[in-house]
Amino acid sequence: MNAPINIASLLKKTKDVFRFHGGVHPPENKTQSTQLPIGRLPMPKQLVLPLRQHVGNIPKTKVAIGDKVLKGQLIAEAEGAVSAAIHAPTSGIVSAIGEAVIPHPSGLPDHCITITPDGEDSWIERHPQDWRTTDVDTLINSLHLSGIVGLGGATFPTQIKLRSGKTTIHTLVINAAECEPYITCDDMLMREYHEQIVNGIAVAKRLLGATNVVIGIEDNKTEAIKAMRAAIANTDIQLKIVPTIYPSGDARRLVYLLLGQEVPHNKRSTEVGIQVFNVATVLALYRYFEFGEPALSRVVSMTGNVEQPQNFEVLFGTPLLDLVKAAGGSKADTSHYIMGGPMMGFNLPSENVPITKAANCIIAASPTLFEPTPPAMPCIRCSRCADACPVNLQPQELYWFAKSDNFEKAHDYNLFDCIECGACSYVCPSNIPLVQYYRYAKSEIIALDKAKEAANIARERNEFRLARIEREKQERAGKHAARAQGAKAAETSHDAPTANDKQAAIAAAIARAKAQKNADNIQPQNTTNLSASTQAEIDEINARRVAAGLTKQSPIEVNADKQAKIAAAVARAKSQKAEVDTLRQNADNQTKQPVADIEKQAKINAAIERAKTLKAAAAKETVNDVNTQPVIDLDKQAKIDAAIARAKAQKAAALKAKENQPKE
Amino acid sequence: MNRSPHITNAPTVSSIMSKVLIGLLPGIIVYAWLFGGGIIITLTLATATALVTEALMLKLRKRSIQPFLSDYSAIITAWLLALAIPPLAPWWLIVVGTAFAIIVAKQLYGGLGYNPFNPAMVGYAVLLISFPVIMTKWPAALSLAQTKLSFMDQFHYIFSATLPSNVNIDAVTSATPLDYLKTQLKLNQSMTVIQSAPIFGIVGSKGVEMIVLAYLAGGLFLLQQRIITWHLPIAFLGAIAAIAGLFWIIDSTQFASPMFHLFSGASMLGAFFILTDPISGPTTQKGKLYFAAGAGIITYLVRVYGGYPDGVAFAVIFMNICVPLIDMYTQPRVFGHRE
Ligand code: SF4
Ligand code: SF4
Repeated sequence: MNAPINIASLLKKTKDVFRFHGGVHPPENKTQSTQLPIGRLPMPKQLVLPLRQHVGNIPKTKVAIGDKVLKGQLIAEAEGAVSAAIHAPTSGIVSAIGEAVIPHPSGLPDHCITITPDGEDSWIERHPQDWRTTDVDTLINSLHLSGIVGLGGATFPTQIKLRSGKTTIHTLVINAAECEPYITCDDMLMREYHEQIVNGIAVAKRLLGATNVVIGIEDNKTEAIKAMRAAIANTDIQLKIVPTIYPSGDARRLVYLLLGQEVPHNKRSTEVGIQVFNVATVLALYRYFEFGEPALSRVVSMTGNVEQPQNFEVLFGTPLLDLVKAAGGSKADTSHYIMGGPMMGFNLPSENVPITKAANCIIAASPTLFEPTPPAMPCIRCSRCADACPVNLQPQELYWFAKSDNFEKAHDYNLFDCIECGACSYVCPSNIPLVQYYRYAKSEIIALDKAKEAANIARERNEFRLARIEREKQERAGKHAARAQGAKAAETSHDAPTANDKQAAIAAAIARAKAQKNADNIQPQNTTNLSASTQAEIDEINARRVAAGLTKQSPIEVNADKQAKIAAAVARAKSQKAEVDTLRQNADNQTKQPVADIEKQAKINAAIERAKTLKAAAAKETVNDVNTQPVIDLDKQAKIDAAIARAKAQKAAALKAKENQPKE
Repeated sequence: MNRSPHITNAPTVSSIMSKVLIGLLPGIIVYAWLFGGGIIITLTLATATALVTEALMLKLRKRSIQPFLSDYSAIITAWLLALAIPPLAPWWLIVVGTAFAIIVAKQLYGGLGYNPFNPAMVGYAVLLISFPVIMTKWPAALSLAQTKLSFMDQFHYIFSATLPSNVNIDAVTSATPLDYLKTQLKLNQSMTVIQSAPIFGIVGSKGVEMIVLAYLAGGLFLLQQRIITWHLPIAFLGAIAAIAGLFWIIDSTQFASPMFHLFSGASMLGAFFILTDPISGPTTQKGKLYFAAGAGIITYLVRVYGGYPDGVAFAVIFMNICVPLIDMYTQPRVFGHRE
């Protein structure tokens, strides 16, 4: 962190690892939860499975309330490439489908499937695959049914990480650094499942076609290192011990530590031929192929202010309180629970949340374990934060820009390279919640970009509209002229076939154009030729939807809906603007008293939560849209409008040409 | 609420500042021992003035007083200023200087964290320009003075400018070596003759050398405590040594040795305590090197060619102006961004 350490660490630079700039070394607090082997929980009374447990699309529900499910049965199917399936963690009855509180900092409820276990824990038929010989594409394709996501906490669906695209992967990095304090789930996995992990590495290596494998473990996990060393003895897998420094487990930092290669900021590591997998993830891969077991559970560290911290194998959907109980219950002064580590984790909104794929660690917090932060003081430019930043950013500058809403500058100073590791806040003597400011600035920039995009589209659409009105005027003028001519022709001659023909042609063209326009507005329907069973399913879904108040919308309603959305977007932009203004005002008042800082902090938090809520709401909107009517998005709408306008222009031109011809 | 990280491990601002004050103590003790208790009076006056004006300004600016007074930053300004001006200067001088430093150089710019210039140095420069005669009247070290002033004598002199009837002020004060050197060189005296004057010690000025060593000790304490990093002191002292060495090699009869420059005037105090003010300094590591090296060179040039005996204050103020520029051009390469 400070320069003297950096010099020392330079001298200490061991032969085979490459130290990155900055980093911190918080108290590890790992021994508490490694005293006991990985434990198991009694079967919970209920399992609540949020559909949103990963990065990407919400999976599609495949069960209905009252359905009987078996352990490992698919209950929600991956929707699109970036999505992950969800399976029943045990056998039982689907007892509810609907909103429930989920482990998310927003505290908002989200769509969940609740299963009441029948206690039999009986499996569906499993389909192991011979991962050593089966064609790689087949294996990868089957993964979208596995529900496996990155278990390091990022929860990126694993099957996409295996489809590397054009670039070939030469090196597979296994992330076993586990740099956050308190978390020990990977450590325990390596101690107890090293053989399976090595098999999992072989699976991932084959699927990726990688030639090198490097495992990175922090030097504070001596037992895991010993176990893994023995397990890889007869393989060509390399094991590197990295210094215990946070955040060595960040993928880019780890790649640099192990390989000395900086992944360019605008590229993914796969683009330079490196793929990073967490140990727990490769283990899940192995189990999926070897035993046909989809992702049903994970190891979670239950630690902090509980009687007996320990790691547990926890079925997804298990209520947090069951886990707490398994660890001997929480001590009396427990104030709340943190999911993740103390550096990047977030406070759980309630103790009634279920354990999900992202839950690597739950820390029971108390005021003694996590002292409340004193009010923030002004930045004294001590640059401790810059010395600690693993990305080599200037956190104090970013803070300054974020605070004064100078987003462009913040962007220029590479705000988006910030990994929100919190190392800077950790060392800040003024207790400035730096990371919060970065989150706020990032969300503002994203929102502003979106608003700008929306404004651009709106402007384009307006231009199209004006052009269309103009063209229509010309068309009308043309028609008038034609009519006038027709009248004149009728005057001169009693039979005026040409004029009448023309009239008819125009009418036909207009009718065609109208038909065309209507056709454009009609949504493609794939409900015309359906089997009875599908029809039944649809009916049932419709019934449910009606029950849920989601009645089918007509295209006009869709338009109204869109209009409403635009209005909402505008309103959102406005409220954000207002938010920014208040924050700016507060920034002016900030030095008045630290109390103002707390308030501001609260406001920022509120803003962040709001942004998140909006995002969640927006995501939900999309879900609803998918369920009801595919709403044409603005962009597409603009394109369609353009196409119509073009078609009209062509027609008008053709019409004019026709009009001009006979006159000759 | 998501206020990650949930843990911190940072010294508080006040603990950082109080360690700086502790770092100054050895120098102050040696100072008082060699020059008499007058410095304690000056320090007390400065401290009181700083706290009162800071509180007053905070009140005027409608900021809460307590957290900002207890961050000790005002006391640091007061002490640095007190240590930089002659210890027997009249009481109003230190009061005016400190008040100016706090009110104008610090609070009018927005208080802690917002001042672009080192407040102590601004106060010093203002005093030096406004009252050049008093500001260059340094008492000789007790061991050198023809007449020794007791603590009470010093007390009287500071507050009433009167001395015991048998003592006159010229007997108490003498030129500083830096000053003496400059005037004597103008009189075409050779360096060896000049340096044989009693005010010169082994490497710097007699007595002051000891204070300088005590400052150095305090500075090493700050380094060990990780309050400061090596960049600023090393670059500053290195630049002074380098440029002084260069001139000295060219003509050692006209220019004093690098050691003399390092151990005279405010070099050491500047290196460890003045330059290291984080608020008015640069934040990048490379920037710190440029900032301090620039300050070192300017200090030397002012000493040798300028109109004032010591150049640290002007050097620091000048380099303060350059800080935004330095910071801008010394941004480190961000991880994953190749040049
Ligand atoms: S943000 Fe905090 S750590 Fe960074 S320079 Fe300012 S006071 Fe120091
Ligand atoms: S949170 Fe961002 S700015 Fe702070 S240390 Fe981590 S990467 Fe650097």
